[in-house]
Amino acid sequence: MSGLRIEGLTGAGVRADHLHIVAGSCYSLSGPSGSGKTLLLRAIADLDQTDGEVWLDDQARSRLSGPEWRRRVNYLAADSQWWARCVGEHAADWHAPDLVALGFESEVLDWEVQRLSSGERQRLALARALAHAPQALLLDEPTANLDQHNTERVEQLLADWRRDKHGCVLWVSHDPAQQSRVANQHYRIRDGVLEHRDDA
Amino acid sequence: MTPEGLILLSPYDLALSAGLVLMLAGLSWQLSLEIGGRMLIASARATVQLLLLGLVLKALFSTTNPWLVAGLATLMLAVAGYEVMARQRHRLSGPWGYGAGTLSMFLSSFSISVLALLVVVQPTPWYAPQYAIPLLGMLLGNTMTGVAVSLDHLTRQTLDKRLQIEARLAIGQPAIEAIGDIRRDALRAGLIPIVNSMTTAGIVSLPGMMTGQILAGSPPMEAAKYQLMILFLIAAGTGLGSMTAVLLGSNRLFDRRSRLRRDRLGE
Repeated sequence: MSGLRIEGLTGAGVRADHLHIVAGSCYSLSGPSGSGKTLLLRAIADLDQTDGEVWLDDQARSRLSGPEWRRRVNYLAADSQWWARCVGEHAADWHAPDLVALGFESEVLDWEVQRLSSGERQRLALARALAHAPQALLLDEPTANLDQHNTERVEQLLADWRRDKHGCVLWVSHDPAQQSRVANQHYRIRDGVLEHRDDA
Repeated sequence: MTPEGLILLSPYDLALSAGLVLMLAGLSWQLSLEIGGRMLIASARATVQLLLLGLVLKALFSTTNPWLVAGLATLMLAVAGYEVMARQRHRLSGPWGYGAGTLSMFLSSFSISVLALLVVVQPTPWYAPQYAIPLLGMLLGNTMTGVAVSLDHLTRQTLDKRLQIEARLAIGQPAIEAIGDIRRDALRAGLIPIVNSMTTAGIVSLPGMMTGQILAGSPPMEAAKYQLMILFLIAAGTGLGSMTAVLLGSNRLFDRRSRLRRDRLGE
């Protein structure tokens, strides 16, 4: 079975009985603030302690070390974090086409993080995630700080990435229009419990 | 037995110097600096502790009983461990809050004291309290500062930069890499005092032990040699202790799956 598959994930304030994101597809995740969207993404990425199992293709999470799992299943926080002075220092292997697709030239790697706007940081955080060649992306409102033009860039890049790399995406979004634009299936989380949405 | 040339201090001399501290406390009260009370308590503690130590050492020096020496050394370590814990703003939870610092000081101060006694100073017997206790005290006192500063730096920075650490974990960095900068900074912070005191020793400051020996009538060159040895031992002890503390502490902050465990840090 290919893709990202969750079975009986509980703990850290969330419960997800079953979820299977088929390789190459994108599922949306919505829910009121504080309902546990971020917690679910963190739980899948194994940043918080949970019971249950998650598979990537035929690989069980419990059979991999934490870092090995997170290299494949990449969680991108809503508020992008940077730890070195220059953008380029945050990854060894930046993909120039991704940077271009997000509206940057490759000189951006020499820029200082401090001088970036929050929107630039958010787009570059996505490029940074892709530079680590993950197989699944857990995105927490990846276009929250972006204008319409840049939102389109991000959506396009992720659509291309899914098609070319057969990647899976779980996308937290508040915007119904965006959900139907980017996602094949729709899930919601209520009081920490994940459920499929039939209304969308 | 009084060494030749030793000027004995009378209680009156001590009272005079204590008066200076009282004056400072009064001044700080006038200026509402809010340090006067703590200064008085610290002075009172130092007075009681040092006089007691004088009594204990006087008794101890006349016996040379290894168990008594070991007992006093353990007590010193226990108190140093408590001090390190008390100086942490965000302690490791559970027994590690006390254990990380105490274990690090035990490994560094005790092993270096034993090494110095067996190989360098070589008194007979090697645990002779005249040498063992002051040496250990000097080492513990300095190592304590290094360990406390390093651990405090480590836990504080980890809390402050929690989101950055987790962002690094999220792209698949191992825990060691994700907290590497913080570990380096914590260690550096712990070693700054000893590096500074070695840098200025003899120019700006006359180290306490050398001062004491000279005042007690030792030839300056002998005092300088002893002071050098002590400085080297302190540097080694502080470095080893801080390193151990930072290693133990940072390992404790992550679990087997390299998750940052916020719940293992207090407050």
